[in-house]
Amino acid sequence: DYKWNFPEPVTPIARDTLHIHNEFMLIITALFLVVFAIMIYSMVKHRKSLGHQPAKFTGPTGRIQWFWAFVPFAILLFIDFVLMGIPAVHAIIDMEDTKNKADMVLKVTGMQWKWQYEYPEAGVKFISTLSTPREQIENKAAKGEHYLLEVDNPVVLPVGKKVRVLLTSTDVIHTWWVPQFGVKRDAIPGFLRETWVKIEKPGIYRGQCAELCGKDHGYMPVEVHAVPEPEYLAWLDKKKSEQAAAAGGADRAWSKDELLAKGKEVYEKQCAVCHQPEGQGLPPAFPALKGSKIVNGPLLSPAGKIIADSHVDRVMNGKAGTAMQAFKNTLSDVELASVITFERNALGNSKGDMIQPAQIKSLR
Amino acid sequence: MSVATTTVPGHAGEHHGEHHPAGILRWLTTTNHKDIGTMYLTFALTMFFVGGAMILAVRAELWQPGLQLMKPEFFNQLIGIHALVMIFAALMPAATGFANWQIPLMIGAPDMALPRVNNWGFWLLPPAAILLTLPFTLALFGIGDGALATGWTFYAPLSVQGGLGVDFAIFAVHILGVSSILGSINIIVTIFNMRAPGMTMMKLPLFAWGWLITAFLLIATIPVLAGAVTMLLTDRHFGTHFFDAAGGGDPILFQHLFWFFGHPEVYILLLPVWGLMPHVLATFSRKPIYGYKAQVYGFIGIGVLSVIVWAHHFFTVGMPVPALIYFMFSTMAISLPLAVLFFCWIATMWKGAMSFETPMLFATGFIVLFGIAGLTGLVLADVAADAQYHHSYFVVAHFHYALFAGGIMGVMTGVYYWLPKWTGHMYDEKLGKWHFWLTVVSFNLTFIPQFFLGLAGMPRRIPDYALQFTEFNMISTVAAFILGLSQLLFAYNIWKCVKGGPKASDKVWEGAEGLEWQLPSPPPYHSWETQPVVK
Amino acid sequence: MTESMAAQPHSHHYHVPQPSLYPFILSGGMFTLALGFILKMNGFAPGPWVMLGGVGIILYVLFGWFGKVIGESQAGAYRDWEDKSFRYGMVWFIASEVAFFAAFFGALFYVRTISVPELGNMVSAHGTTLWPDFTGAWPSAGPKGAQFTPMGAWGIPALNTALLLSSGVTVTWAHWALLKNKRTQLNLGLAATVLLGATFLGFQAYEYYHAYHELGLTLGAGAYGATFYMLTGFHGFHVTLGAIMLTVILGRTLKGHFTPERHFAFEGVAWYWHFVDVVWLLLFVLVYWL
Ligand code: HEA
Ligand code: HEA
Ligand code: CUA
Ligand SMILES: [Cu+2]
Repeated sequence: DYKWNFPEPVTPIARDTLHIHNEFMLIITALFLVVFAIMIYSMVKHRKSLGHQPAKFTGPTGRIQWFWAFVPFAILLFIDFVLMGIPAVHAIIDMEDTKNKADMVLKVTGMQWKWQYEYPEAGVKFISTLSTPREQIENKAAKGEHYLLEVDNPVVLPVGKKVRVLLTSTDVIHTWWVPQFGVKRDAIPGFLRETWVKIEKPGIYRGQCAELCGKDHGYMPVEVHAVPEPEYLAWLDKKKSEQAAAAGGADRAWSKDELLAKGKEVYEKQCAVCHQPEGQGLPPAFPALKGSKIVNGPLLSPAGKIIADSHVDRVMNGKAGTAMQAFKNTLSDVELASVITFERNALGNSKGDMIQPAQIKSLR
Repeated sequence: MSVATTTVPGHAGEHHGEHHPAGILRWLTTTNHKDIGTMYLTFALTMFFVGGAMILAVRAELWQPGLQLMKPEFFNQLIGIHALVMIFAALMPAATGFANWQIPLMIGAPDMALPRVNNWGFWLLPPAAILLTLPFTLALFGIGDGALATGWTFYAPLSVQGGLGVDFAIFAVHILGVSSILGSINIIVTIFNMRAPGMTMMKLPLFAWGWLITAFLLIATIPVLAGAVTMLLTDRHFGTHFFDAAGGGDPILFQHLFWFFGHPEVYILLLPVWGLMPHVLATFSRKPIYGYKAQVYGFIGIGVLSVIVWAHHFFTVGMPVPALIYFMFSTMAISLPLAVLFFCWIATMWKGAMSFETPMLFATGFIVLFGIAGLTGLVLADVAADAQYHHSYFVVAHFHYALFAGGIMGVMTGVYYWLPKWTGHMYDEKLGKWHFWLTVVSFNLTFIPQFFLGLAGMPRRIPDYALQFTEFNMISTVAAFILGLSQLLFAYNIWKCVKGGPKASDKVWEGAEGLEWQLPSPPPYHSWETQPVVK
Repeated sequence: MTESMAAQPHSHHYHVPQPSLYPFILSGGMFTLALGFILKMNGFAPGPWVMLGGVGIILYVLFGWFGKVIGESQAGAYRDWEDKSFRYGMVWFIASEVAFFAAFFGALFYVRTISVPELGNMVSAHGTTLWPDFTGAWPSAGPKGAQFTPMGAWGIPALNTALLLSSGVTVTWAHWALLKNKRTQLNLGLAATVLLGATFLGFQAYEYYHAYHELGLTLGAGAYGATFYMLTGFHGFHVTLGAIMLTVILGRTLKGHFTPERHFAFEGVAWYWHFVDVVWLLLFVLVYWL
């Protein structure tokens, strides 16, 4: 059923779009059939092998012929600008009406190759990445039902509320697309773009990044859980307290083992796509961390400051013009401290030193 | 158009003889429009197979979900290079090859107006093709990180981030651009300055008209593309911030510049084909062209409209509502001049005495399939629905109907139509018909499923996909391989025809009209040294 | 175009030049230059040498090819019909150059009226704006751009405007002289034009130096720096080419080439020079002044 047309619409916009699409398909099918019925009639009847004698005319002659020559264009003009144009204009105005009566804001930040979701009013923020295991992609394990369309942290939205979605990106252009919402909008680095959704039906809705954004463009899905409002609020509270707990962690001293364990987790989620699970990288685009000069360089300056182009600098501030992004924008103090410590003491490196979340906090 | 010649055509230029070096030097140094046309066409055919082989690898990867044959990085290179090769190294050179061979013959000119520049225009192509494919080929042998992996559209900032391959592609585009500009200047000058006495602009063959508008569009838009990739180059290496918000630039600026070229480019690709269609239809309907003037004005209208609609390629970036509405309506307006052309094509066939040799088969196939391209283009122009179609396989299907069924099949129409004139031999008609039917059937089987994939939500440019897309992708892949293999028949048929075959008469086709058919088949090395007079 | 253009049969055969290897070699030279440039930009040591090789090949061809055409022209191979081809060719070549500059003017228009204002006036909801401190006033190097002083219009740029405009007058003066076969005035006019062009370039070089060292206005100075240098830089490059071509023409007039009836090369270069002039006026108004 979904195979032959748009998937079931669950927002007003998606319903509109489906409507318009269906109407247009009918119109163009009709045009196609009419135009080519005439042509095929001619091809069948006016054949040399049937002894048809060619006519000699080169254009319309006389008023009546001119009239009949113009009729199709009048029809086409009407179809283009009235039959198709008017509903389209209404839909566009509706689609771009993001600010009126919005109940809440969701900020979506695209980054290579994951989405960050932020609820500015609630102060909740998290990253959502593909959860399909590597083995399935490499055909070493059977593929699950939602192959490539599943994430670790789905974004949760209340049904029946108008959600104003703000979009931006940290690196290249990504496009946030959920077919059942009828919404597709670019996330552009350095700019804010917006769209809106009002989900009418609880459920799990899946989509994908739609703008070529580099190597793992095909692996950056969107998964939205639409739930009734109370459930949404409960989820939001839970996220808030989780986040507070994580932030609290930044103030205490962490043991090296704790950092390594947490660091491994972060590494596998955030870094392994490019630098590879064993740290061997994919040179030249994605350098190896194993034996890397930067990773094995000094940690901080004697005064406890960031050294330019050092390991900490790279992880926190990224490298302009490459896929290496500024992770200080997306990772917490604990995550940064642990992943840096991990990289220095695993993946074939053994610097032996470590950095505390509290230090990262002061370096921000 | 009534044509009369006062001089005996043909071997009029005997005194010049066929003075040219032999062997490879003939081709390196030639100033003869026919030689240069032949080189363009040979180059185009070769690159068509190269671009096709690339995409067959892609289709093989897309046969089923999961990564089987290649890494995503490599996949991204393949699709972009496939597109650039097909557009810049196959379709455009094929059209220029036609222009070189046919325009002088059709307008009664002794040669192109600027013969040495003409040769230069061709010889820029192989270096450009090498620049384009070199990093890719090296990567196959494990050297470097390959060609540009941004798709053919070079979108910043992905292309700012990319590796060496982007620089190679930028310079390839520059050189291709120089070549196109030189070719265009030459064609414009030839048409303005070299027509046979008495051939007014309103007696100019439609093929030449189509090319004339193409040449204007190239001159107006290729330099803008050159500017865009130059800005990209300086953003990459010289610290400018054209496409970087931190410096006050904007990634969307790149899209404006690219599509200011990119949209007219689609008409650049098809205007020569639209120009040649009426000749073929009239020939095989044994009836004069219907609505000559209307078609000329149609071409002009398309040319003008084409440069004011570009933003329909990025409706989803978030534009002000008035801009969305303007670009939607202006885009839809192009359906009007195109409807004029369709109307004239069908009216040319109407009440004719048709026969269906291979060129006519391709011409009618072209009309029907390009109709699908145009009509789906019309719905893409609708901003609201485009939010669903954009960057999905629906668009991929739309533009292959335009580029393959419109462009490549249009070129095939021309090749079958003129090959006997060029070689003096008839091609194998039976093989030609096989080629046509295999192409049409497998083409539709390849791309109809892609419309449905797009509607169901499959994004383009992904090496791997969700399970619900599997069946359609399998059909598409199988059909694509049949489509690719069928093209070997085309190459073989041309080869056979060049080598020999039944002798073609001067007129070749019973219903053919125009100056070129008054020359012998094949025409002498220098034809129309004394110009015919057109009444 | 006109109906009568090709109405008369031509009295002679169109000159189709002999086969020539120059175009092929020129393509090879361009390939070499491009390859060298790519290598250089990406830090490969042989890059500059490969570039040099490319430039050498291109120069060789330019001398050879143009030399040959000049020879043919002096030998009378080109008459009205061919002359017309050259003229049309030059016109459409200049048209393509116009389009090239249009791309950069378009970029300037875009950053000034669309991207910079948008960055300074971004939608914001619950503190989600991206560049809180940026106001988006032109001239601008963007939210994260360096400090710089924009280039004023009334110093060197105004002087340069005067220089280029006078040079437009002097070529025209030379052209009149050529039409009346006044060779001294012709030579003087051309020499003056070259001199004015060279002075223009000297001032521009000084202006760049000043901008880099005193104003902090560099190629990296955001949207302003990028559009400023790319527009004025490509213009300066065209002035340089024009001045070189004028010098060649001057050399030829000194040798007695060109007649009042046949002097396409002179006119082609003069058109080119006027085109460069007009671009400068646009630059002066849109880049420096407004
Ligand atoms: C030769 C190539 C070619 C041609 C001719 C066209 C023709 C058209 N295209 Fe297409 N298009 C492409 C090649 C082409 N396109 C490519 C390559 C892309 C994707 C690029 C990329 O992203 O990589 C694209 C993408 C594309 C998009 C962007 C989609 C997206 O990315 O979201 C849009 C949107 O408006 C569009 C519209 C159109 C329109 C309106 C036409 C019109 O010109 C069509 C006009 C024709 C008709 C309307 C048919 C004629 C009329 C009839 C048969 C009816 C007659 C009726 C009567 C007489 C009553 N095209
Ligand atoms: C003129 C232009 C043109 C032509 C002719 C084609 C021809 C074909 N294209 Fe292409 N295509 C584009 C222009 C073109 N395409 C563009 C612009 C894109 C967008 C790229 C982007 O996203 O940036 C694209 C993208 C594109 C995609 C989408 C990729 C993606 O988004 O992930 C697909 C997928 O199926 C595809 C398929 C095909 C197929 C099956 C053909 C077939 O018609 C090919 C027929 C096959 C052959 C001709 C092969 C013959 C070869 C052999 C038999 C082997 C022998 C080999 C040798 C002798 C070397 N193309
Ligand atoms: Cu992110 Cu594609
Ligand atoms: Cu378009």
